[in-house]
Amino acid sequence: MTSDIGWTGLAASLVLVGVAAALSFWRRLDLERSIAWASARALVQLLLVGLALEFVLGRTLAWSWAWVAAMVLFGADTVRRRAPEVPRLYGVALAAFAAAAVVSLLVLFGLRVFPLEPKTLIPLAGMMIGNSMTATVVVARRVVEELRDKRDEVEARLALGIAGPEAARPYVRAALRTAMIPQIETTKAVGLVFLPGAMTGLILAGTSPLAAVKVQVAVMYLVLGATATTTAVVALGVQRRLLTADHRLTVPPRPRS
Amino acid sequence: MDDAAPLFTFTGVSVPGIDGRWRLSDVHGTIPAAGVTVLVGRSGSGKSTLLRCCNRLDAPAAGVVEFRGHDLATVDVLAHRRRVAMVFQRPTPFPGTGWENLTTAEPDLDHAEGRDLLTRVGLAPDFLDRNATELSGGEAQRLCLARSLAARPEVVLLDEVTSSVDPAARRSIEALARSLADEGIAVVWVTHDLGQARRLADTLLVMVDGHLAEPGEAEAFIAEDADDQ
Repeated sequence: MTSDIGWTGLAASLVLVGVAAALSFWRRLDLERSIAWASARALVQLLLVGLALEFVLGRTLAWSWAWVAAMVLFGADTVRRRAPEVPRLYGVALAAFAAAAVVSLLVLFGLRVFPLEPKTLIPLAGMMIGNSMTATVVVARRVVEELRDKRDEVEARLALGIAGPEAARPYVRAALRTAMIPQIETTKAVGLVFLPGAMTGLILAGTSPLAAVKVQVAVMYLVLGATATTTAVVALGVQRRLLTADHRLTVPPRPRS
Repeated sequence: MDDAAPLFTFTGVSVPGIDGRWRLSDVHGTIPAAGVTVLVGRSGSGKSTLLRCCNRLDAPAAGVVEFRGHDLATVDVLAHRRRVAMVFQRPTPFPGTGWENLTTAEPDLDHAEGRDLLTRVGLAPDFLDRNATELSGGEAQRLCLARSLAARPEVVLLDEVTSSVDPAARRSIEALARSLADEGIAVVWVTHDLGQARRLADTLLVMVDGHLAEPGEAEAFIAEDADDQ
């Protein structure tokens, strides 16, 4: 088992950063500073996370749950910052990640796919939140765009006495499909086009490829289920934000670019 | 409620715009219970907003809109909208066939009623099977009118419905408004075209700068508009 590359190994891998910087210098891309900064930042961030994980993984499960809660809070804040045009998104995103965490962790640990312990809980929750983030941002923005672009049609439905959620349904459905399809495509292409991270990591750490594949597939299913859950909750939540209790559409105007 | 009571009553109705200006500012007035009432005014005068308040697609920030004496802020909005139908300036056919458009409005409709509705707005019965999003502007607008009539409303609100249709469709829609009024279905018609307003109106109301004009102000608007022609 050669899972630890050691500090010398890490230092040696810096040669590749040197290659990137040298290419930038040669082609006058003026990216050397950015490459150096990004590499240094990644090293420091991950070292800090590693140290924090060393600390948390050695403690009781309560510490791990606190870590998961922090990830949910941070994930919701990231979604809010990446879709600033969506009104009051933080609460919706928080509910979405919390719901996805409950559903997916309940399945994975309730059905004993993985043993519930700090070293399974934190990475799985991280995979779940990190990988469903993009789809969550996409669906929030798409619901607003769909309801804004199709405002005439939605209001024509409302004017017929159709309730707000039903009037918005065709447009919210289109937004959900747009957000979900990339994850489905990724799930289809896995292994053919790229080797996913969890599996690569396990193989590098000495696990047999078949065992690594089983873990990876479970993780892919986790991400798929989590993406479906977060996007559904966010779509419904944003829809509720844009429709009043008396069935009026209040979609914000298009931001000036 | 007796029939002489107004259809809509506006008391101090104000609606803010998105740019800090008021789309409606302290509107007072009434719309009578029968006939064709035309709301005429320049673009930006607030006539469409006032019409949207009648269907409660817009809610006033201040003031009260009453329908037959009932404050619209307190009624069942969905039931209200089925009694008070609305058709918009731009035709809004829903994806699907003409039949699917009609049954979106009234799921219990049967085919004979569907054909009658189409005949009513001057469309042939085969429009039931036509793709609604492939119709011309005039055809689509007539389908939207048929759709709004499917739930048998008591009032029809028409917001510049002839501004994007050909002259033949405009004439047939104007004739439809007249025949609806003659059958006792009140029509509130919004337009910027004073000629059309004069042709259609049993009651003519003028909107200026976000409020209903007083008689003197209305006459000045009409005289000014005549000078522009």
